[in-house]
Amino acid sequence: MVRARRLRKQFGDFVAVGGIDLEIRRGEVFGFLGPNGAGKTSTMRMIACMSPATSGELEVRGRDPATDGPAIRAGIGLVPQEDALDAELSVLDNLLVYGRYFDLPRRVIRERAGQLLEFAQLADRAGAKVDALSGGMRRRLTIARALVAAPELVILDEPTTGLDPQARHLVWERLYRLKREGVTLILTTHYMDEAEQLCDRLVVMDRGRIVAEGPPRALVAEHVAREVLEVRVLPADEAAVVAALDRHGAGCDRLADRLCAYGDDGDALLAAVLATGVHPEGVLVRRASLEDVFLRLTGRRLVD
Amino acid sequence: MERVERVGVTGAVADVGARPTGLGELCPRRLSRPPWVRALGYFLFRWRRTFRSTLAGNFVYPVLYLAAIGVGLGGLVDHHLHGGATAAGLSGGSYLAFVTPGLLAGSVMQIALGESTYPVMGAIRWERSYETMLATPLEVTDVLLGHLAFVAVRVLTAAVVFVAVAAAFGALASPEAVLAVPVAVLVGAAFAAPLMAFSVTRERDLAFSTLQRLVIVPLFLFSGSFFPLRQLPGILQGLAEATPLYHGVALARTAMLGTPWRLADVGHAGYLVVLTAIGYVLARRTYRRRLAA
Repeated sequence: MVRARRLRKQFGDFVAVGGIDLEIRRGEVFGFLGPNGAGKTSTMRMIACMSPATSGELEVRGRDPATDGPAIRAGIGLVPQEDALDAELSVLDNLLVYGRYFDLPRRVIRERAGQLLEFAQLADRAGAKVDALSGGMRRRLTIARALVAAPELVILDEPTTGLDPQARHLVWERLYRLKREGVTLILTTHYMDEAEQLCDRLVVMDRGRIVAEGPPRALVAEHVAREVLEVRVLPADEAAVVAALDRHGAGCDRLADRLCAYGDDGDALLAAVLATGVHPEGVLVRRASLEDVFLRLTGRRLVD
Repeated sequence: MERVERVGVTGAVADVGARPTGLGELCPRRLSRPPWVRALGYFLFRWRRTFRSTLAGNFVYPVLYLAAIGVGLGGLVDHHLHGGATAAGLSGGSYLAFVTPGLLAGSVMQIALGESTYPVMGAIRWERSYETMLATPLEVTDVLLGHLAFVAVRVLTAAVVFVAVAAAFGALASPEAVLAVPVAVLVGAAFAAPLMAFSVTRERDLAFSTLQRLVIVPLFLFSGSFFPLRQLPGILQGLAEATPLYHGVALARTAMLGTPWRLADVGHAGYLVVLTAIGYVLARRTYRRRLAA
């Protein structure tokens, strides 16, 4: 669905995307994970044929965005970071107006709009002004709008940023349904749980480059371990604990307020720490997540 | 029309192996509308909500100005003219007839200003409607042309109402005065295109009110709308004759007074056409820079 080779985007001297390779397959959910400024949105805009690549090759839906932008976009639905709905128009009118950009007949758009409002659980709000909608409703309307022309590829830029947990789960559930229907989804996020929930494969981006690539579980297995031990100790005890973990063969990251150690058995790591006689101020054994992958790869936390 | 059966709410076929394509490509169309017309369609659709109040404004403006300046002030002017209106440079025989084309051109300029400044900023920053269009098959030039065409429609509507009101005031000499409508559209485009080129580069709307005070108001007052330019000292006269509104006023005057078309009118029209073209080319560049970076 998308193929990129040494894809690069530069704004003046600033390199937003520094030559990345990508291969996104039909029907998969592909994620771009990374902190703000990692180059996710720039990549997204290039794939959506809204922003020309500075250099490199890009192919979307089998065509070249440089020459076939309109034809490619005819089969893409974009859900931008900010909802960009027309507040002066009603919920239904937002869909109707959008469908007209694709030159769909009015009758077809009306029919689709009805189904999509059901899908977005907004059927009872069809006549409401966008102003009166909650954040979650707006996001669902934006997703519904992106689907008006029945795209084979839907691109979502941070689909759940700013939503409360309940609204977020509803969006995830709807995206899952799209996936089941065979739509290819590309999404950016800086939420680890979102990437783990939705993505078949993902890339971790940092400073315009791809630093890791693969299915979420495989990335965790490859770059961290199955479990993580977080310990908080007094600064004086830190060296002893790190030494004990080293002897145990566990990788270890020092954060400002705690140590993270990775291993297949978190409890065994904890036992090793306790065997040194140090009394930790706090401990937590948990499953490793993509957040840990990002931390390992970049030495930085994902969301500040 | 042939129907293509699709499964599921997305319209994509359930079988992943089969190649789903966009509905936009699947719908066989009898007549496809040019992309810029679709952009125009959005602005027109959005206008429905305020159409009546726009129309009321278009009606009230000429009524007030023609009554106060054309009839009220004009009566005084006509009364005090020695040697006749024409000798004073007031073509048309009365001050009302003289000032009407000037008011038309001036009001068209202000509508063009209003429609190609704040709405452009709104389309970028507030409703983000440009961005929304650009995620669809529309291109930057379609968005620009569509918006420019909408300004032209706004001007056209205002001009039609203006000419009707002027006729009711008895300010028009001949049926040929309807030619003032296309002239007004040309004046509107000549202002709108460069203004849009400028507006799309702005991050904030401060410049727009400055533009109004320092450019539009002086043009309105000193482009031969209210008095013949020969009243101005030589150098200022030359300056005024170089401004676009002067040419718009002159052209509108020929149309509305029913005087014979002269070579100078071709010059006036040419000036406005060239300004529109330059504005459009500039706007295409600034729009691309801003929207397709």
